[in-house]
Amino acid sequence: MVKCLISNLIIKHLTFFIKYIYTILPRKRIEYLLLCKFLGLKTLLNHQQINLTIKRLANQVLENHVQLHNTVIIGIQPRGIRLSDRIVAEVGNEINNKEIQYGKLDITFYRDDIRKEIHFPNQTDITFSIEGKNVVLIDDVLYTGRTIRAALDALMDFGRPEKVELLVLIDRRYSRQLPIQPDYTGKTIDSIVSQKVKVLWGEEGGDAVVLD
Amino acid sequence: MALSTRHLLGIKDLTAEDISLILQTAQQFKEVLQRPIKKVPSLRDITIVNLFFENSTRTRISFELAEKRLSADTINFTASGSSVSKGETLLDTVNNILSMKVDMVVMRHSASGAPHFLAKHIPAAIINAGDGINEHPTQALLDALSIMEQFGTLKGVRVAIIGDIMHSRVAQSNIYLLKKMGAEVIVCGPPTLIPKYMEEAFNVRVEYNLQKALEWCDVANVLRIQLERQNQVLFSSLREYNLVYGINRRLLESLPKKITIMHPGPINRGVELDSDVADSDQSIILQQVENGVAVRMAVLYLLSNRQ
Repeated sequence: MVKCLISNLIIKHLTFFIKYIYTILPRKRIEYLLLCKFLGLKTLLNHQQINLTIKRLANQVLENHVQLHNTVIIGIQPRGIRLSDRIVAEVGNEINNKEIQYGKLDITFYRDDIRKEIHFPNQTDITFSIEGKNVVLIDDVLYTGRTIRAALDALMDFGRPEKVELLVLIDRRYSRQLPIQPDYTGKTIDSIVSQKVKVLWGEEGGDAVVLD
Repeated sequence: MALSTRHLLGIKDLTAEDISLILQTAQQFKEVLQRPIKKVPSLRDITIVNLFFENSTRTRISFELAEKRLSADTINFTASGSSVSKGETLLDTVNNILSMKVDMVVMRHSASGAPHFLAKHIPAAIINAGDGINEHPTQALLDALSIMEQFGTLKGVRVAIIGDIMHSRVAQSNIYLLKKMGAEVIVCGPPTLIPKYMEEAFNVRVEYNLQKALEWCDVANVLRIQLERQNQVLFSSLREYNLVYGINRRLLESLPKKITIMHPGPINRGVELDSDVADSDQSIILQQVENGVAVRMAVLYLLSNRQ
Protein backbone atom coordinates (compact mmCIF):
# COMPACT_ATOMS: atom_id res chain seq x y z
CA MET A 1 0.00 0.00 0.00
CA VAL A 2 2.73 2.46 1.08
CA LYS A 3 4.90 1.36 -1.82
CA CYS A 4 2.02 1.97 -4.17
CA LEU A 5 1.49 5.48 -2.77
CA ILE A 6 5.16 6.39 -3.06
CA SER A 7 5.45 5.16 -6.61
CA ASN A 8 2.28 7.08 -7.47
CA LEU A 9 3.81 10.21 -5.99
CA ILE A 10 7.01 9.75 -7.93
CA ILE A 11 5.14 9.28 -11.19
CA LYS A 12 3.06 12.37 -10.50
CA HIS A 13 6.13 14.51 -9.86
CA LEU A 14 7.92 13.05 -12.82
CA THR A 15 5.08 13.93 -15.16
CA PHE A 16 5.09 17.51 -13.87
CA PHE A 17 8.82 17.71 -14.30
CA ILE A 18 8.75 16.31 -17.83
CA LYS A 19 5.89 18.59 -18.81
CA TYR A 20 7.79 21.59 -17.48
CA ILE A 21 10.98 20.66 -19.31
CA TYR A 22 9.12 20.20 -22.57
CA THR A 23 7.28 23.50 -22.33
CA ILE A 24 10.51 25.46 -21.94
CA LEU A 25 12.24 23.77 -24.86
CA PRO A 26 10.57 25.01 -28.03
CA ARG A 27 12.50 22.65 -30.31
CA LYS A 28 10.98 19.65 -28.61
CA ARG A 29 7.39 20.64 -29.23
CA ILE A 30 6.64 17.59 -31.37
CA GLU A 31 7.68 15.25 -28.62
CA TYR A 32 5.71 17.39 -26.21
CA LEU A 33 2.66 16.78 -28.35
CA LEU A 34 3.22 13.03 -28.22
CA LEU A 35 3.58 13.38 -24.48
CA CYS A 36 0.33 15.34 -24.31
CA LYS A 37 -1.38 12.43 -26.02
CA PHE A 38 0.25 10.03 -23.60
CA LEU A 39 -0.83 12.09 -20.58
CA GLY A 40 -4.35 12.45 -21.92
CA LEU A 41 -4.27 16.16 -22.81
CA LYS A 42 -6.89 16.97 -25.36
CA THR A 43 -5.68 18.35 -28.67
CA LEU A 44 -8.14 20.97 -29.86
CA LEU A 45 -6.45 21.79 -33.16
CA ASN A 46 -3.64 19.90 -34.80
CA HIS A 47 -1.04 21.27 -37.17
CA GLN A 48 -3.07 20.78 -40.32
CA GLN A 49 -6.21 22.24 -38.77
CA ILE A 50 -4.29 25.32 -37.61
CA ASN A 51 -2.99 25.84 -41.15
CA LEU A 52 -6.49 25.65 -42.59
CA THR A 53 -7.91 27.89 -39.89
CA ILE A 54 -5.26 30.55 -40.47
CA LYS A 55 -5.97 30.45 -44.23
CA ARG A 56 -9.68 30.85 -43.56
CA LEU A 57 -9.15 33.72 -41.12
CA ALA A 58 -6.87 35.49 -43.62
CA ASN A 59 -9.51 35.10 -46.33
CA GLN A 60 -12.23 36.40 -44.04
CA VAL A 61 -10.15 39.47 -43.29
CA LEU A 62 -9.70 40.03 -47.04
CA GLU A 63 -13.43 39.57 -47.64
CA ASN A 64 -14.18 42.49 -45.35
CA HIS A 65 -11.16 44.62 -46.28
CA VAL A 66 -10.73 44.54 -50.05
CA GLN A 67 -7.01 44.71 -50.91
CA LEU A 68 -6.47 45.89 -47.30
CA HIS A 69 -7.12 49.40 -48.55
CA ASN A 70 -6.90 51.67 -45.46
CA THR A 71 -6.51 48.63 -43.18
CA VAL A 72 -3.70 47.90 -40.74
CA ILE A 73 -2.97 44.67 -38.90
CA ILE A 74 -1.77 44.77 -35.30
CA GLY A 75 -0.62 41.74 -33.30
CA ILE A 76 -0.66 41.77 -29.52
CA GLN A 77 2.62 40.99 -27.73
CA PRO A 78 3.83 38.48 -26.87
CA ARG A 79 1.62 35.54 -27.80
CA GLY A 80 -0.45 37.09 -30.57
CA ILE A 81 2.63 37.75 -32.70
CA ARG A 82 3.15 34.22 -33.99
CA LEU A 83 -0.45 34.18 -35.20
CA SER A 84 -0.36 37.70 -36.66
CA ASP A 85 2.90 36.89 -38.50
CA ARG A 86 1.17 33.95 -40.15
CA ILE A 87 -1.99 35.91 -40.96
CA VAL A 88 0.06 38.72 -42.50
CA ALA A 89 2.00 36.20 -44.59
CA GLU A 90 -1.22 34.55 -45.81
CA VAL A 91 -2.89 37.86 -46.59
CA GLY A 92 0.28 39.01 -48.35
CA ASN A 93 0.17 35.93 -50.60
CA GLU A 94 -3.40 36.65 -51.58
CA ILE A 95 -2.84 40.26 -52.55
CA ASN A 96 0.46 39.67 -54.38
CA ASN A 97 2.68 40.87 -51.55
CA LYS A 98 1.42 44.40 -51.67
CA GLU A 99 2.90 46.30 -48.73
CA ILE A 100 0.84 45.58 -45.60
CA GLN A 101 0.92 47.97 -42.67
CA TYR A 102 1.67 45.60 -39.81
CA GLY A 103 2.48 46.55 -36.23
CA LYS A 104 3.12 44.90 -32.89
CA LEU A 105 1.53 46.22 -29.75
CA ASP A 106 2.58 45.60 -26.15
CA ILE A 107 -0.12 46.20 -23.57
CA THR A 108 1.89 45.81 -20.35
CA PHE A 109 1.65 49.46 -19.33
CA TYR A 110 -2.12 49.45 -19.83
CA ARG A 111 -2.93 46.42 -17.67
CA ASP A 112 -5.44 46.79 -14.87
CA ASP A 113 -3.60 44.53 -12.40
CA ILE A 114 -0.37 46.48 -11.82
CA ARG A 115 -1.05 46.62 -8.07
CA LYS A 116 -1.07 42.82 -7.96
CA GLU A 117 1.87 41.97 -10.13
CA ILE A 118 4.51 43.71 -12.23
CA HIS A 119 4.69 42.38 -15.75
CA PHE A 120 7.71 42.68 -17.95
CA PRO A 121 7.14 44.71 -21.12
CA ASN A 122 7.75 43.53 -24.70
CA GLN A 123 8.56 45.63 -27.70
CA THR A 124 5.92 47.82 -29.31
CA ASP A 125 6.58 48.45 -32.97
CA ILE A 126 4.00 50.63 -34.69
CA THR A 127 5.73 52.93 -37.16
CA PHE A 128 2.62 54.35 -38.80
CA SER A 129 -0.36 56.41 -37.66
CA ILE A 130 -3.62 54.56 -37.19
CA GLU A 131 -5.66 57.77 -37.42
CA GLY A 132 -8.75 57.01 -39.52
CA LYS A 133 -7.60 53.45 -40.32
CA ASN A 134 -9.44 50.15 -39.99
CA VAL A 135 -7.52 48.08 -37.46
CA VAL A 136 -7.54 44.29 -37.26
CA LEU A 137 -6.31 43.35 -33.77
CA ILE A 138 -4.88 39.84 -33.45
CA ASP A 139 -4.36 37.65 -30.38
CA ASP A 140 -4.13 33.89 -29.93
CA VAL A 141 -6.64 33.13 -27.15
CA LEU A 142 -9.57 35.30 -26.08
CA TYR A 143 -10.38 34.47 -22.47
CA THR A 144 -11.43 37.14 -19.93
CA GLY A 145 -11.24 40.00 -22.43
CA ARG A 146 -8.97 42.08 -20.19
CA THR A 147 -6.01 41.97 -22.57
CA ILE A 148 -8.20 43.30 -25.36
CA ARG A 149 -9.54 46.04 -23.11
CA ALA A 150 -5.95 47.11 -22.43
CA ALA A 151 -5.09 46.82 -26.13
CA LEU A 152 -7.98 49.10 -27.09
CA ASP A 153 -6.75 51.73 -24.63
CA ALA A 154 -3.19 51.39 -25.90
CA LEU A 155 -4.36 51.64 -29.50
CA MET A 156 -6.12 54.95 -28.91
CA ASP A 157 -2.74 56.47 -27.96
CA PHE A 158 -1.59 55.94 -31.55
CA GLY A 159 -4.49 57.88 -33.07
CA ARG A 160 -8.23 57.54 -33.52
CA PRO A 161 -8.95 54.50 -35.69
CA GLU A 162 -12.02 54.41 -37.94
CA LYS A 163 -12.90 50.92 -36.76
CA VAL A 164 -11.28 48.16 -34.69
CA GLU A 165 -11.94 44.47 -35.29
CA LEU A 166 -10.72 41.50 -33.27
CA LEU A 167 -9.32 38.27 -34.68
CA VAL A 168 -8.51 35.33 -32.39
CA LEU A 169 -7.49 31.74 -32.96
CA ILE A 170 -9.32 30.40 -29.91
CA ASP A 171 -12.37 31.93 -28.30
CA ARG A 172 -13.01 30.56 -24.80
CA ARG A 173 -16.73 30.99 -24.60
CA TYR A 174 -18.62 31.89 -21.37
CA SER A 175 -15.50 33.04 -19.55
CA ARG A 176 -15.56 36.74 -20.43
CA GLN A 177 -15.26 39.32 -17.65
CA LEU A 178 -15.82 42.26 -20.00
CA PRO A 179 -18.26 42.76 -22.88
CA ILE A 180 -15.79 41.98 -25.69
CA GLN A 181 -16.46 39.66 -28.62
CA PRO A 182 -14.27 38.63 -31.56
CA ASP A 183 -15.13 39.41 -35.19
CA TYR A 184 -13.09 36.53 -36.62
CA THR A 185 -12.75 33.29 -34.65
CA GLY A 186 -10.64 30.24 -35.43
CA LYS A 187 -12.41 27.91 -33.04
CA THR A 188 -14.84 28.43 -30.20
CA ILE A 189 -14.37 26.17 -27.19
CA ASP A 190 -16.10 25.60 -23.88
CA SER A 191 -13.73 25.18 -20.96
CA ILE A 192 -13.70 25.64 -17.22
CA VAL A 193 -11.55 28.15 -15.34
CA SER A 194 -9.10 25.56 -14.01
CA GLN A 195 -8.29 24.39 -17.54
CA LYS A 196 -5.57 26.01 -19.58
CA VAL A 197 -5.58 26.46 -23.33
CA LYS A 198 -2.11 26.43 -24.78
CA VAL A 199 -1.23 27.39 -28.30
CA LEU A 200 2.07 25.74 -29.22
CA TRP A 201 4.00 27.16 -32.16
CA GLY A 202 6.58 24.58 -33.07
CA GLU A 203 8.86 24.03 -36.00
CA GLU A 204 7.65 22.10 -39.07
CA GLY A 205 4.55 20.13 -38.16
CA GLY A 206 4.64 21.12 -34.53
CA ASP A 207 1.79 23.62 -34.18
CA ALA A 208 -1.11 22.65 -32.00
CA VAL A 209 -3.70 23.91 -29.57
CA VAL A 210 -4.08 21.74 -26.47
CA LEU A 211 -6.34 21.78 -23.43
CA ASP A 212 -4.46 21.17 -20.19
CA MET B 1 9.88 38.84 -12.69
CA ALA B 2 10.65 41.66 -10.29
CA LEU B 3 13.50 43.61 -8.77
CA SER B 4 15.29 42.11 -5.79
CA THR B 5 14.85 45.30 -3.74
CA ARG B 6 11.88 47.37 -2.63
CA HIS B 7 13.78 50.65 -2.74
CA LEU B 8 16.36 52.05 -5.10
CA LEU B 9 18.93 53.36 -2.63
CA GLY B 10 22.03 52.69 -4.65
CA ILE B 11 23.49 50.58 -7.42
CA LYS B 12 25.47 48.77 -4.71
CA ASP B 13 22.32 46.87 -3.63
CA LEU B 14 21.27 45.83 -7.15
CA THR B 15 22.18 42.60 -8.91
CA ALA B 16 23.24 42.44 -12.55
CA GLU B 17 19.80 40.97 -13.33
CA ASP B 18 18.08 43.95 -11.69
CA ILE B 19 20.15 46.33 -13.79
CA SER B 20 19.36 44.46 -17.03
CA LEU B 21 15.69 44.40 -16.12
CA ILE B 22 15.64 48.17 -15.52
CA LEU B 23 17.55 48.89 -18.74
CA GLN B 24 15.33 46.62 -20.85
CA THR B 25 12.19 48.15 -19.38
CA ALA B 26 13.65 51.61 -20.01
CA GLN B 27 14.08 50.74 -23.68
CA GLN B 28 10.37 49.99 -23.93
CA PHE B 29 9.58 53.29 -22.23
CA LYS B 30 11.79 55.06 -24.76
CA GLU B 31 9.45 53.76 -27.42
CA VAL B 32 6.48 55.12 -25.42
CA LEU B 33 8.17 58.54 -25.47
CA GLN B 34 8.21 58.46 -29.30
CA ARG B 35 4.43 57.99 -29.54
CA PRO B 36 1.98 60.77 -30.45
CA ILE B 37 0.54 60.44 -26.92
CA LYS B 38 3.54 59.96 -24.64
CA LYS B 39 1.62 58.83 -21.61
CA VAL B 40 0.62 55.44 -20.22
CA PRO B 41 -1.82 54.79 -17.38
CA SER B 42 0.41 52.37 -15.39
CA LEU B 43 0.72 54.35 -12.15
CA ARG B 44 -2.71 55.94 -12.27
CA ASP B 45 -3.48 55.16 -8.63
CA ILE B 46 -0.07 56.05 -7.20
CA THR B 47 1.03 59.26 -5.52
CA ILE B 48 4.69 60.22 -5.52
CA VAL B 49 6.40 62.97 -3.57
CA ASN B 50 9.62 64.52 -4.89
CA LEU B 51 11.62 65.55 -1.85
CA PHE B 52 14.49 67.75 -2.93
CA PHE B 53 16.56 68.98 -0.04
CA GLU B 54 19.28 70.03 -2.45
CA ASN B 55 19.24 72.02 -5.70
CA SER B 56 18.57 70.20 -8.94
CA THR B 57 17.30 71.00 -12.43
CA ARG B 58 17.68 67.93 -14.62
CA THR B 59 16.97 65.25 -12.06
CA ARG B 60 13.91 66.95 -10.62
CA ILE B 61 12.35 67.80 -13.98
CA SER B 62 13.24 64.36 -15.31
CA PHE B 63 11.63 62.59 -12.35
CA GLU B 64 8.57 64.80 -12.48
CA LEU B 65 8.16 64.23 -16.20
CA ALA B 66 8.63 60.47 -15.76
CA GLU B 67 5.95 60.44 -13.05
CA LYS B 68 3.54 62.42 -15.22
CA ARG B 69 4.18 60.20 -18.24
CA LEU B 70 3.21 57.25 -16.04
CA SER B 71 0.02 59.05 -14.92
CA ALA B 72 1.08 59.19 -11.26
CA ASP B 73 0.00 62.07 -9.02
CA THR B 74 2.99 64.14 -7.97
CA ILE B 75 3.80 66.52 -5.15
CA ASN B 76 6.92 68.66 -5.21
CA PHE B 77 8.76 69.57 -2.09
CA THR B 78 11.79 71.82 -1.84
CA ALA B 79 13.55 72.43 1.44
CA SER B 80 13.64 76.21 1.12
CA GLY B 81 10.28 77.69 2.03
CA SER B 82 9.21 74.57 3.95
CA SER B 83 8.99 73.76 7.63
CA VAL B 84 12.51 72.31 7.45
CA SER B 85 13.75 75.87 7.88
CA LYS B 86 11.68 76.00 11.10
CA GLY B 87 13.67 73.06 12.44
CA GLU B 88 11.46 70.05 11.62
CA THR B 89 13.42 66.81 11.43
CA LEU B 90 13.71 64.75 8.24
CA LEU B 91 11.72 61.86 9.67
CA ASP B 92 8.92 64.12 10.93
CA THR B 93 8.70 65.89 7.59
CA VAL B 94 8.47 62.64 5.66
CA ASN B 95 6.05 61.00 8.10
CA ASN B 96 3.75 64.01 7.83
CA ILE B 97 3.80 63.78 4.07
CA LEU B 98 3.22 60.04 4.13
CA SER B 99 0.22 60.37 6.43
CA MET B 100 -1.45 62.11 3.49
CA LYS B 101 -1.35 58.72 1.72
CA VAL B 102 1.72 58.99 -0.47
CA ASP B 103 3.04 55.73 -1.98
CA MET B 104 6.54 56.54 -3.17
CA VAL B 105 9.28 58.98 -2.23
CA VAL B 106 11.88 60.34 -4.62
CA MET B 107 14.56 61.96 -2.56
CA ARG B 108 17.67 64.06 -2.90
CA HIS B 109 19.61 65.06 0.18
CA SER B 110 23.02 66.54 0.84
CA ALA B 111 23.70 64.00 3.61
CA SER B 112 25.03 60.64 2.43
CA GLY B 113 22.80 57.83 3.68
CA ALA B 114 19.69 59.98 4.24
CA PRO B 115 17.50 57.76 2.00
CA HIS B 116 18.88 54.62 3.68
CA PHE B 117 17.85 56.05 7.03
CA LEU B 118 14.35 56.79 5.76
CA ALA B 119 14.02 53.33 4.21
CA LYS B 120 14.43 51.82 7.67
CA HIS B 121 11.72 53.94 9.22
CA ILE B 122 8.96 54.47 6.69
CA PRO B 123 6.78 52.05 4.74
CA ALA B 124 6.87 53.82 1.33
CA ALA B 125 9.20 52.85 -1.52
CA ILE B 126 12.17 55.20 -1.70
CA ILE B 127 14.13 56.19 -4.78
CA ASN B 128 17.44 57.88 -4.20
CA ALA B 129 17.89 60.86 -6.50
CA GLY B 130 21.35 61.59 -5.12
CA ASP B 131 22.57 61.54 -1.51
CA GLY B 132 25.60 63.61 -0.61
CA ILE B 133 28.76 62.02 -1.96
CA ASN B 134 27.36 58.49 -1.81
CA GLU B 135 25.24 57.41 -4.81
CA HIS B 136 23.10 58.69 -7.65
CA PRO B 137 21.68 55.45 -9.01
CA THR B 138 19.34 56.75 -11.72
CA GLN B 139 22.19 58.78 -13.23
CA ALA B 140 24.34 55.65 -13.47
CA LEU B 141 21.43 53.77 -15.04
CA LEU B 142 20.83 56.43 -17.67
CA ASP B 143 24.56 56.59 -18.40
CA ALA B 144 24.51 52.83 -18.88
CA LEU B 145 21.53 53.06 -21.23
CA SER B 146 23.31 55.74 -23.25
CA ILE B 147 26.45 53.61 -23.51
CA MET B 148 24.36 50.61 -24.51
CA GLU B 149 22.72 52.60 -27.30
CA GLN B 150 26.15 53.52 -28.64
CA PHE B 151 27.86 50.15 -28.33
CA GLY B 152 24.99 47.63 -28.12
CA THR B 153 26.35 46.21 -24.88
CA LEU B 154 28.13 47.16 -21.68
CA LYS B 155 30.36 44.13 -21.58
CA GLY B 156 33.95 44.98 -22.43
CA VAL B 157 33.26 48.67 -23.12
CA ARG B 158 36.11 50.81 -21.84
CA VAL B 159 34.91 53.72 -19.76
CA ALA B 160 37.09 56.43 -18.30
CA ILE B 161 35.54 58.46 -15.51
CA ILE B 162 37.34 61.77 -15.43
CA GLY B 163 37.41 64.60 -12.93
CA ASP B 164 36.31 65.10 -9.35
CA ILE B 165 36.02 61.45 -8.28
CA MET B 166 36.28 62.26 -4.57
CA HIS B 167 33.09 64.33 -4.31
CA SER B 168 31.11 62.57 -7.01
CA ARG B 169 28.17 60.31 -6.26
CA VAL B 170 27.80 59.87 -10.01
CA ALA B 171 31.28 58.33 -10.19
CA GLN B 172 30.58 55.88 -7.38
CA SER B 173 27.26 54.70 -8.83
CA ASN B 174 28.78 54.46 -12.28
CA ILE B 175 31.70 52.36 -11.06
CA TYR B 176 29.42 49.94 -9.21
CA LEU B 177 27.15 49.58 -12.23
CA LEU B 178 29.81 49.26 -14.91
CA LYS B 179 31.73 46.71 -12.85
CA LYS B 180 28.59 44.63 -12.28
CA MET B 181 27.79 44.68 -16.00
CA GLY B 182 31.28 43.68 -17.09
CA ALA B 183 32.60 46.97 -18.47
CA GLU B 184 36.20 48.06 -17.97
CA VAL B 185 36.63 51.19 -15.88
CA ILE B 186 39.46 53.55 -15.10
CA VAL B 187 39.24 56.74 -13.11
CA CYS B 188 41.30 59.77 -14.02
CA GLY B 189 41.86 63.11 -12.32
CA PRO B 190 44.28 65.05 -10.18
CA PRO B 191 45.61 63.01 -7.22
CA THR B 192 43.94 65.38 -4.77
CA LEU B 193 40.51 64.58 -6.24
CA ILE B 194 40.90 60.79 -6.26
CA PRO B 195 40.47 58.99 -2.91
CA LYS B 196 43.56 57.20 -1.69
CA TYR B 197 42.36 53.60 -1.69
CA MET B 198 40.40 53.77 -4.96
CA GLU B 199 42.16 50.79 -6.57
CA GLU B 200 41.73 48.50 -3.57
CA ALA B 201 38.19 49.57 -2.73
CA PHE B 202 36.63 49.53 -6.18
CA ASN B 203 39.02 47.36 -8.15
CA VAL B 204 39.45 50.05 -10.81
CA ARG B 205 42.62 51.37 -12.37
CA VAL B 206 43.68 54.90 -11.51
CA GLU B 207 45.33 56.99 -14.20
CA TYR B 208 46.63 60.47 -13.52
CA ASN B 209 47.49 61.28 -17.13
CA LEU B 210 44.47 62.51 -19.08
CA GLN B 211 46.00 61.84 -22.52
CA LYS B 212 46.70 58.19 -21.62
CA ALA B 213 43.21 57.71 -20.18
CA LEU B 214 41.58 59.12 -23.31
CA GLU B 215 43.74 57.00 -25.61
CA TRP B 216 42.65 53.87 -23.74
CA CYS B 217 38.91 54.47 -23.47
CA ASP B 218 35.85 54.16 -25.74
CA VAL B 219 33.74 56.46 -23.57
CA ALA B 220 34.84 59.37 -21.42
CA ASN B 221 32.38 60.25 -18.68
CA VAL B 222 33.49 63.71 -17.62
CA LEU B 223 32.39 64.85 -14.17
CA ARG B 224 31.66 68.30 -12.88
CA ILE B 225 34.07 69.94 -10.47
CA GLN B 226 31.89 70.16 -7.38
CA LEU B 227 33.04 73.41 -5.87
CA GLU B 228 30.13 73.43 -3.41
CA ARG B 229 31.40 70.26 -1.73
CA GLN B 230 35.05 71.26 -1.55
CA ASN B 231 35.89 72.92 1.72
CA GLN B 232 39.60 73.04 1.11
CA VAL B 233 41.80 73.98 -1.79
CA LEU B 234 42.40 70.80 -3.80
CA PHE B 235 43.81 72.42 -6.92
CA SER B 236 45.19 75.89 -7.38
CA SER B 237 42.77 77.40 -9.89
CA LEU B 238 40.02 76.47 -12.33
CA ARG B 239 42.23 77.71 -15.13
CA GLU B 240 45.00 75.36 -14.12
CA TYR B 241 42.55 72.48 -13.86
CA ASN B 242 41.31 73.27 -17.37
CA LEU B 243 44.86 73.31 -18.73
CA VAL B 244 45.73 69.90 -17.28
CA TYR B 245 42.42 68.01 -17.07
CA GLY B 246 40.07 69.98 -19.31
CA ILE B 247 38.99 68.25 -22.54
CA ASN B 248 39.13 70.31 -25.71
CA ARG B 249 38.85 69.68 -29.44
CA ARG B 250 42.62 69.70 -30.03
CA LEU B 251 43.05 66.93 -27.47
CA LEU B 252 40.27 64.81 -28.99
CA GLU B 253 41.72 65.21 -32.49
CA SER B 254 45.10 63.96 -31.30
CA LEU B 255 43.53 60.61 -30.29
CA PRO B 256 43.74 57.58 -32.60
CA LYS B 257 39.97 56.90 -32.50
CA LYS B 258 36.75 58.80 -32.03
CA ILE B 259 35.61 58.49 -28.43
CA THR B 260 32.18 59.25 -26.98
CA ILE B 261 31.91 62.10 -24.48
CA MET B 262 29.38 62.00 -21.65
CA HIS B 263 28.68 64.45 -18.84
CA PRO B 264 26.06 64.18 -16.09
CA GLY B 265 25.47 67.96 -16.13
CA PRO B 266 25.50 70.75 -15.22
CA ILE B 267 28.61 71.50 -17.30
CA ASN B 268 31.19 74.01 -16.15
CA ARG B 269 32.03 75.15 -19.66
CA GLY B 270 35.69 76.00 -19.98
CA VAL B 271 36.63 73.99 -16.88
CA GLU B 272 36.21 70.24 -17.35
CA LEU B 273 34.77 70.47 -20.89
CA ASP B 274 35.32 73.13 -23.53
CA SER B 275 32.33 74.25 -25.56
CA ASP B 276 33.73 72.90 -28.83
CA VAL B 277 33.64 69.40 -27.27
CA ALA B 278 30.38 69.69 -25.33
CA ASP B 279 28.49 70.73 -28.47
CA SER B 280 30.24 68.38 -30.91
CA ASP B 281 28.80 65.25 -32.52
CA GLN B 282 30.98 63.11 -30.24
CA SER B 283 29.10 64.28 -27.19
CA ILE B 284 25.90 62.41 -26.22
CA ILE B 285 25.08 64.71 -23.32
CA LEU B 286 21.60 65.54 -24.56
CA GLN B 287 20.81 61.89 -25.34
CA GLN B 288 21.72 61.17 -21.72
CA VAL B 289 19.09 63.65 -20.59
CA GLU B 290 16.53 62.08 -22.94
CA ASN B 291 17.33 58.61 -21.62
CA GLY B 292 16.96 59.94 -18.08
CA VAL B 293 13.18 60.16 -18.40
CA ALA B 294 12.89 56.60 -19.77
CA VAL B 295 15.16 55.14 -17.07
CA ARG B 296 13.26 56.91 -14.31
CA MET B 297 9.96 55.71 -15.74
CA ALA B 298 11.33 52.16 -15.65
CA VAL B 299 12.51 52.49 -12.04
CA LEU B 300 9.22 53.99 -10.86
CA TYR B 301 7.24 51.37 -12.75
CA LEU B 302 9.24 48.41 -11.41
CA LEU B 303 9.17 49.66 -7.80
CA SER B 304 5.50 50.63 -7.78
CA ASN B 305 4.20 47.15 -6.94
CA ARG B 306 3.28 47.01 -3.27
CA GLN B 307 0.35 45.29 -1.59
